[in-house]
Amino acid sequence: MSEIVATQVPHKRSIPFGQEAAGALSIIVLGAIGYFLYPDDLAFLTRLIGIAFLVLSLDLVTGYCGVATLGHAAQFGVGAYAAGIACVRGITDPIALLAIGVFAGTIMGLISGALITRFRGLPQLVLSIAVGQLVAALANKLSWLTGGSDGLSGITPGKVFGIFNFDMYSRTAFLFSLGVLVIVFVLLQRFVRSPFGLMCRGMKDDDLRAKMIGVSIYPRLVVMYGVAGAVAGIGGALTAISTGVVGLDSVSFERSAEVLVMLVLGGAGHLWGALAGTIIFMIFEHIVAAANPFHWMTLVGLLLILIVVFAPRGLIEPVLSLASRFKRKGEAA
Amino acid sequence: MTNLLEARGVSCSFGGLHVTRDVNFKLTAGDRVALIGPNGAGKTTLVNLITGDIAPSEGQFFMGGDEITGLSIPDRVRRGLVRTFQTTRLFANLTVADNVALAIMQRKRITRRFFSSSTELPEVRAEWSEILSHLGLDRLAYRKVVELAYGQQRLIELAIGLALHPKVLLLDEPAAGVPHDEAPKILEAINRLPPDIAVLMIEHDMDLVFKFARRVLVLAAGRLIFEGSPDQVTADHEVRRAYLGSYADARRAT
Repeated sequence: MSEIVATQVPHKRSIPFGQEAAGALSIIVLGAIGYFLYPDDLAFLTRLIGIAFLVLSLDLVTGYCGVATLGHAAQFGVGAYAAGIACVRGITDPIALLAIGVFAGTIMGLISGALITRFRGLPQLVLSIAVGQLVAALANKLSWLTGGSDGLSGITPGKVFGIFNFDMYSRTAFLFSLGVLVIVFVLLQRFVRSPFGLMCRGMKDDDLRAKMIGVSIYPRLVVMYGVAGAVAGIGGALTAISTGVVGLDSVSFERSAEVLVMLVLGGAGHLWGALAGTIIFMIFEHIVAAANPFHWMTLVGLLLILIVVFAPRGLIEPVLSLASRFKRKGEAA
Repeated sequence: MTNLLEARGVSCSFGGLHVTRDVNFKLTAGDRVALIGPNGAGKTTLVNLITGDIAPSEGQFFMGGDEITGLSIPDRVRRGLVRTFQTTRLFANLTVADNVALAIMQRKRITRRFFSSSTELPEVRAEWSEILSHLGLDRLAYRKVVELAYGQQRLIELAIGLALHPKVLLLDEPAAGVPHDEAPKILEAINRLPPDIAVLMIEHDMDLVFKFARRVLVLAAGRLIFEGSPDQVTADHEVRRAYLGSYADARRAT
């Protein structure tokens, strides 16, 4: 047998924590643009950030694991209600309320995941709707706890770090939400590239192959659902804290469907896609709904058709392929 | 000698169709066995039965004395039972390095880690880098699998199998679709495997079979009709009629 000398594959040149730094910086720049150029729209932008957590969460299960779901608002809503109820009952520290939202979202995620990921395809989709509807029905029926169809109001959180009061211009709420988003986004960037995250992407590509390298699929999907629940729970809690109310809309089917649209619009399977989809959809909706309150849904529908036809894998995909082509050219030179 | 893998009276039928009938065989440490037979003989079905992809209607499988018939696919893999697929099944949207790295990390039990940059972990990187170099895939390490030619994908299929450090390796037509000048790399890779593992290869390329196998199993219509050395196989009248035909005659003539 001839001896073959193995050559080492050259290392990929990359700056340590480069991606994380770029992610954090981009969000801060976008946030600064919002804060300084649109000071009257901070309440809206805060709401946008809250929803962005839900879309990121959906991206984890749908984009990274290929789970079809139309009930994802449940995790968000449960986080929002948990934080809201805790605040009404006397726990007012915003950080503590966030932690409560995370906890509730995680539990909800684990429960939904355990049910939904047992199945695949259409049964999975139907089950996800059923879980979502069940949570919505409970939120309505348990009106002594949740405020029912009137919504849960009277949420008045304390000062952030005991210093910054939530003001009526939503400055504190916006900056607080933005700060949390930066932290969560950076953590998620690490998470999706971790061995666990990479394996999830593999399972989405071919689950039989994954099994044949020794992976048990189901427990991993449940864990991923738990992580997604935590992220959605943060979004819910932030929304509850910053708006002061939690309504049935936060667990509604429409919310679940809308965030799926945002994810597809931006590009599932990329964290940036989730973020881009949220920003574009919500700003488009905000502007068009203000300009033409009767026909704005028509325009949103048209926009979606155009994007699905011309960029079926989301708006982020052409940007990424352009970037990688540019990079390859750079390496060749 | 301990049996790494043993099949006892394994049968499998779909409805009224008997695809596998009363198959018995043993693989021991160091075995290099070829499984041959005409198209539709049930070779791939037999591999699917061994790996747990389908359940037998009768019979049992054992690994090193323990029955594995009821175990799930991942449980069998964790015991060292590894296969490659006849038609490639890879993580198509991941890079070549990621494909092999996932297998390595799964073997090392580190795919539960939430926060470390996976493919570039030094202990993982050294290993996939070596496997890819041996198979001549090192230049493609950071390319997505979906962008590669089919023949190259076949080699990745083998690379994943090697990365799992199998005790029993089942190769389902590893050379099918691989360009002719790349085919020796497969044999080289198999020759480099630790001598104490058992390898069972389904293969149509008889040249490869004769270079690789010390023992040949012949499957026809779901039944093992012959077991013996490669030379015995070519000499056997029944096998020639069932399968080998002109090849054995040509080999004798030379």
